[in-house]
Amino acid sequence: MNEIIIFILSTAGAVFILLAAIGVVRMPDLFLRISVTTKAATLGIGLILVAAAVYFQDTAITSRVLAIILFMLLTAPVGAHMIGRASYFTGVKMWIKSRHDDLKGKYDPKTHKLSSEDTPKKIPKT
Amino acid sequence: MIKTRFLSNLLLSFIWLAITGTFTFQNFVFGFLLSFILMWLITTNRREEKYYSRGPKLIGFVFFFLYELVKANLQVAYDVITPSYYMEPGIIRIPLTAKTNLEITLLANLITLTPGTLSLDVSDDRKVLYVHAMYVKDKEEFIASIKNGFERKLLEILR
Repeated sequence: MNEIIIFILSTAGAVFILLAAIGVVRMPDLFLRISVTTKAATLGIGLILVAAAVYFQDTAITSRVLAIILFMLLTAPVGAHMIGRASYFTGVKMWIKSRHDDLKGKYDPKTHKLSSEDTPKKIPKT
Repeated sequence: MIKTRFLSNLLLSFIWLAITGTFTFQNFVFGFLLSFILMWLITTNRREEKYYSRGPKLIGFVFFFLYELVKANLQVAYDVITPSYYMEPGIIRIPLTAKTNLEITLLANLITLTPGTLSLDVSDDRKVLYVHAMYVKDKEEFIASIKNGFERKLLEILR
């Protein structure tokens, strides 16, 4: 029974990480790449760690696994957010088929202020 | 009030551990649940005590989040392995109900953790969160799904 659980968890984790790697190659722009990789990798690593915890069935290892997962859930989004934010404000282009861009014109590069006014702009479909 | 409730809950579960004499994690969890139920039973005005409704809500939120995580991961995975793109990406402006630093940080973290959405920035007056999303079929619908899903559930726990 334990072997089946370990088998399912570790295989699913490896598949999610593989899909994240394929996503890096296939996605058309930076934001979509970040979206695909950070989260799929987080879930994949989490599943593999849980599989390790099930395999060892040891309190010391289980608590370490829980701590690693907790810190990964805390830190991975912060990194993704900082990369995404910095690249948008330094002028990285979005995919040409993107539908909405609510952030356009909201950021003032001189004063580094970001306004919250609602001025909907739709990118015309090409 | 919540801190004292939690501490007395912990104290009761340690007493349970001492009395039963088996210092295992399972026994601790059992003692914690038992003392939680006992404290719930002896409270007179249950509606005013938030501690009792918050615990089950927190567990429910964890499962809701795991469900969303797996669902969104599968959706993104499908888009990665099939040749054509089904994405309609865009940056969406989401008005925030969350006010304090902790609430906004947790909400932005949760949004970034679900695949397909990436929180980009919070405006300086903290009224708006800008989110990059992969699947925006309808803008209003997307905003409503974030506000009624993550944000409402998160604020129910934190407030």
